[in-house]
Formats: sequence, structure tokens, C-alpha cells
Amino acid sequence: MAEAKFDEMDHYKQAELMKFDFRPPPTGWMDTPTDFRPGSWIYPGKAKHLEYLDLPNPREWAVTDEDWQLPKNWKEIVLEGMRERLSRYRTFKIFMDICVRCGACADKCHFFIGGGDPKNMPVMRAELLRSIYRKDFTALGKVFGKLAGGRELTVDVIKEWFYYFFQCTECRRCSVFCPYGIDTAEITIIGRELLGLLGLYVNWVIEPVANCFRTGNHLGIQPHGLKDTLEFFAEDIEDSTGIKVDIPLNKKGAEVLFVTPSGDFLADPGTYTCMGYMALFHEIGLDYTWSTYASEGGNFGLFTSHETIKRLNAKIYAEAKRLGVKWILGGECGHMWRVLNQYMDTMNGPPDFLEVPKSPLTGTVFDNARSTKMVHIMEFTADLIRHGKLKLDPSRNDHIKVTFHDSCNPARAMGILEEPRYVLKNVCNNFYEMPPNTIREQTFCCGGGAGLGTDENMEMRLRGGLPRGNAVRYVQDKFGVNELACMCAIDRATLTTVCDYWAPPVRVTGIHELVSNALQMKGAKDREVNFRLEEIEHWKQKAAPAGRKEGSSDV
Amino acid sequence: MTLKDLLHSSRAAILKRWFEKTLETYAPDASAFFDGQKDRFANPVGKALRTGTRVMLDCLLGEMDAEKICAGLEEIVKIRSIQDFTPAQAVSFIFSLRQIIREELGQELDSSRLTELAEFETRIDQLALFAFDIYVKCRERLYEIRVDEVKRSVSGLMRRLNREEEKAQS
Ligand code: SF4
Ligand code: SF4
Repeated sequence: MAEAKFDEMDHYKQAELMKFDFRPPPTGWMDTPTDFRPGSWIYPGKAKHLEYLDLPNPREWAVTDEDWQLPKNWKEIVLEGMRERLSRYRTFKIFMDICVRCGACADKCHFFIGGGDPKNMPVMRAELLRSIYRKDFTALGKVFGKLAGGRELTVDVIKEWFYYFFQCTECRRCSVFCPYGIDTAEITIIGRELLGLLGLYVNWVIEPVANCFRTGNHLGIQPHGLKDTLEFFAEDIEDSTGIKVDIPLNKKGAEVLFVTPSGDFLADPGTYTCMGYMALFHEIGLDYTWSTYASEGGNFGLFTSHETIKRLNAKIYAEAKRLGVKWILGGECGHMWRVLNQYMDTMNGPPDFLEVPKSPLTGTVFDNARSTKMVHIMEFTADLIRHGKLKLDPSRNDHIKVTFHDSCNPARAMGILEEPRYVLKNVCNNFYEMPPNTIREQTFCCGGGAGLGTDENMEMRLRGGLPRGNAVRYVQDKFGVNELACMCAIDRATLTTVCDYWAPPVRVTGIHELVSNALQMKGAKDREVNFRLEEIEHWKQKAAPAGRKEGSSDV
Repeated sequence: MTLKDLLHSSRAAILKRWFEKTLETYAPDASAFFDGQKDRFANPVGKALRTGTRVMLDCLLGEMDAEKICAGLEEIVKIRSIQDFTPAQAVSFIFSLRQIIREELGQELDSSRLTELAEFETRIDQLALFAFDIYVKCRERLYEIRVDEVKRSVSGLMRRLNREEEKAQS
């Protein structure tokens, strides 16, 4: 009998049909090509932004193109770039050499935990670069190649780098567990720099960088736009409290320059946190100023290259000098603090024209900020509360059961762990911690940091957000938690989405929004609405008898 | 002994194989981790696969309580629908249960039990249908939250512009 064709029943043998195998291909990792699945990668940087920033190889291209239009001598550029960085950054050289592949970091990355792609194990992410290092920069690798763990640099390797270095949020959770202190985030940073040499950027990072270089902030808000925005906030604060707050803009000789991420200007719920700062500064009578030039605390340069960090960060000290302030206060942001704490002083300092920050209300000297002259608002507010400078009624937040997400950078890069908790406990009666292995130094990333917070890679972000979302859902089920507080502008955007998927209907709030709920402002009316202009039932009930006292209507 | 009794007595073995077979849809490094790490916060996927399969199998063997069965399914499908799977791969783990049961019962599965088996497999089919629903629901949710987030990124601006327009009109 002739062999049956594929469209005839007899072609199929029952025994074979019963055997099915969904297992991934058994090839070694070096030989498994990257599968660019939509939802996992980010759109490339547009040519006009690269041109604006004088970055190499500006062109329009798509990740799905076969030809990424790399420069002709791309290989030379990458190897030379590696050589240069190996000699410039000692950490990079050490991290390339000392990994013993013990695997302690392997299962600590939220992308691996949520997605299961082995190349998202931090040790493997680093290996993507290390294999090239071995082949081209070590004696053994030059001779033995693959046997010594080295591999040839090809276009496929470059594509793989692009895919996986933009699946790392540079959160540094893995480094907490590495016995050698290898920081995969730094390897990612270098990997992205090398990609940048070929003109391979993602638009969600490089557009904000170009905006920031032009207007002073990522969103491209111009001075009059910022003024309008803050005035609009002031109107809502007045509607809520009856108090008209000042908006000091570019005020020369102010004591303090205040800088916050621009996400707080346009995106809810960050906007309400921004109103929280404004109300607080008004209440304590702080002599401060906003700047329409240093109008961005965040720094997407961190997700681009060391050079770009420096270019964007420079405006903060420049503006502090121009305005003649004494010190700088910074808002609730995550990666902004990694830059300020880790790079600003050496890149753009020393700011010897500034004074060591001292709270004008409590006299506390912030010695920890002696070199950078910049204080985190959480330190500042915690100090105010500690010295009894704020009249707070935590019962105003009784409609909220709150948990706290340690944002990766303030927690792991700065160790700001106690201050936010101290503030939260003073402004809320119902605060519940998530499980210990998901908070503080071990906190799980939101999955959208380091330039990944766009929407075209949403599947990837939800995989990365699963460990965090899972812990939120746990406290939601156990304690009835309905709000997640955080002190990072990216978190306020991305965690809202993470909660919408993994733990609805938990919503996200900044800490100073909660402070503003509890703050008893001098001369305020009986508040019935918060800064979101939502009516709060128990506020209304309290306000009602007072309303009658004035004997206005219901007799 | 009815087929159900037989299945009950092999419940633990079936559950174990079902869990393992589901793990096999991941790369070896991942399945070893999903299996090995027992802390539910360090390993939410492993925890969901374990709980989900258990809840579903108990429903299949007992009352087909739609609410319970969907809850068990959702634990798993919600995760697999955003992982690196095609739609078919994402729900494939349900179909593997057929094969596992046939293999597990082996010799016992003679022609006298075929009607019972067909009945039981109808339950698995029902499960598969629920899974399609849940899969699509999750994917729809994914697109909704994408849109919501984009809207939120300029929501403060939109409120301001709307307010200005209102003022201009009044
Ligand atoms: S830095 Fe964070 S995202 Fe990057 S590999 Fe380490 S754990 Fe994963
Ligand atoms: S924990 Fe450190 S030494 Fe161990 S595999 Fe990871 S990076 Fe290498």
C-alpha cells in the first residue's frame, strides 16, 4: 500500500498522535537563536532623537527587520568598546573574571521567576557578554573558544543582547545574593552602552533623554507648561482644603531647590503625590523653589550610558548655583536616587558652593548628604515627624489598608528602609508588611524599571511583575489591603498596572499623598474630599456637624 | 470498582504526573526551579501550578463545581497566558491529563470501562472549554491594562485641559 499523504487519515498513527511534546528545543544556550516574541521587546529609538543627542548610526529600523542596519565595522566597534570599558571600569573587568557559576543568583531575578526563560537567570544574562569576553579577551578563550566558554561575536549575538539587556530592570536583586557581589545591573549597563555604540537604543528611553536634554525634563514640559501644571495642582489643593498654596518658581535666593521626577506632573497617581509635597511645604513654611530648568529628578541617562547620565544630571547643580540655594531636596523617585547617591558627586561635583543640608525647622543636619548636598524627602519628612513639627491625624486614612513596596533603588542602592515605614506608621493606622523575602533589601522589582516601563512589552513586564503582584495579593487576601504605597514615580505608573492584573482592585499611592490626607493644615476647612477630589465617607461624617454649627442650611 | 474509584485510588500518582508533565512545557532550568523551590513567594509559578492542578483534579473526581474549577484554572492560565507560549501551548497542560490517566490506569482500562472513560473525558473537555474562556479573558485584560496605562500617563494633563475648556465655556 502506498504511504498515505498528510491529508489522509492513515497518515496519522495513533501511537504517534498520543506522543506529544511541548518541551523547548534541547540545543545548548549558545546555539538557541532568540525568538523575538511580540510583547517581550521594546520599539527602537527613532532617528531624530539619536540625531538630537549626537548618537551614532541614527536610522529608522524595526526589531522584526532581518537587517538591523549596523555600521559596516560593527564588530570592531563592539570589541573596541569592550576593550575600552574593561580598562576604564575595574568592576566590569572583575565581574567578567570572577563569577564561579555557583548559581546563587540564578533564581533571584523576577523575570526568570515569573517567565522561566533561562537567559533571564542573572548568571546567564552576564554570560551573554562574558562568552564574548572569554573568546576575545582571555588567553584560554582565544585558543580553545567554545571549550573555554567563549563564542564568536555575530549579529545574532547582538540581537540577543538587545533582547535580554532590555529584559533587565537593573534592579540589583541578584547582586544581594551573589557571594562575590557581582552586580548584573552593571553588566547590563555596559551591555547597553555597547549596543548604543551601534545605534541600538529603545525609544522609550531615548525619547525622554532627548526631551530632557532640550527642556530639562523627560516629558518635554516647557516652563509655561510647568507653571500651568503646578497652578492646576494648587487649584485642586484649594478645592480640597480651602488653602491657597504658593508656587515659588525659579526663585533666586530660596533656601532649598526642590527637584522631583516629571512623572509627578502629568501621570496619575503621581500627580496627587506632587500635591502632597506642595501642601506639606506650604504648611511648614519652607523657603523653597521649583526650577523650570532642573525640572526632572529622574535620569534616563542611567538606562543609556554613563556619559548620558552625566549630561542630564549636570543641570541640577548648575541650577542650584544659578538660583543661589543652600541645598537641594528631592522628591519621591527611585532611580533618581541611584544617580544622585552613586554618581552625581563624582560626575558633576563637588558642589562646594552649597551648604551641608540642615532642616530649617528641626535643625537636623543631614550628614549623610554632606558630599552631594541633596536630601531625600522621606528623610526630611521623617525628621519633621520625629520632632513633632507636623500635626497629623492618622485616622484620616482609616479607609485605607496600606502595604509598602520598597522601590529597588532607594532600598538597595541607598538603604532607605526605615524612613518610609516610619512616615507611613505615623500617617496611617492600618499598615501591613508583605512577606519578608519580598521586601526591604530583597524587594521584588515592579518589572518596569530601567526603561522597560512602556506598553509594547507588557507581557514581559507582567511576567516580571508577578512576584511583586503575588505578594500584594497575599496581603490583600489576608488583611484586606486596598492600597500599595511606594516612593518612586516609575512604580506609581507600573505597579498600578501590575496590581490591575495580579491583585485587582488594589490601587497605588505615593507616600506624600497619604501624608497630605493626615496632615492637619492650619486654617483648612473641614475636608470632605482628598486631592483626587474623591469624597471620603468618614471625612464627610466628621465634617457634617461642623457644617451645622455654622447654621447655614438644614434647619 | 468503578472507574471513579480507580481514579481516586491513583489520585496522588495522577496529580504528580500531571504536575510534572506541565513542568515539562518549560525549559529544564525553569522546571527544576518551579519544582524545587517550595517558598510560595520565591516561586509563585510553582505554587500556582501545584495548587491549580490539585483543585482541578479534585473537581474532576468529585463535583464539577464550575466556580471552583475555574478558580483553579485561572491560577495557572492567568500566568501561562502572559508567558512565552502560543495559545495552544498555554492550555496544552489540560490535554495532557487524558494521556496521563490512560497510562496510569493501563491494564485496568479494558473495554468494559470505555463508556465511563468517555464520560470522564467529557469532563476534561469541559475543563478545556473553560480554559479557552479564561485564556481569552486574560488576554483581553492584558490589552485593557495596556490601554489604561497609556491613558493614565497623560491623565493629569487631560484633567487640566478639560478644566480649562470648562472654564472657557462658562
Ligand atoms: S538586576 Fe534585576 S532584572 Fe537584572 S538580572 Fe539582576 S535581578 Fe534580574
Ligand atoms: S551568584 Fe555571583 S558568582 Fe554565583 S553565579 Fe551568580 S554572579 Fe556568578
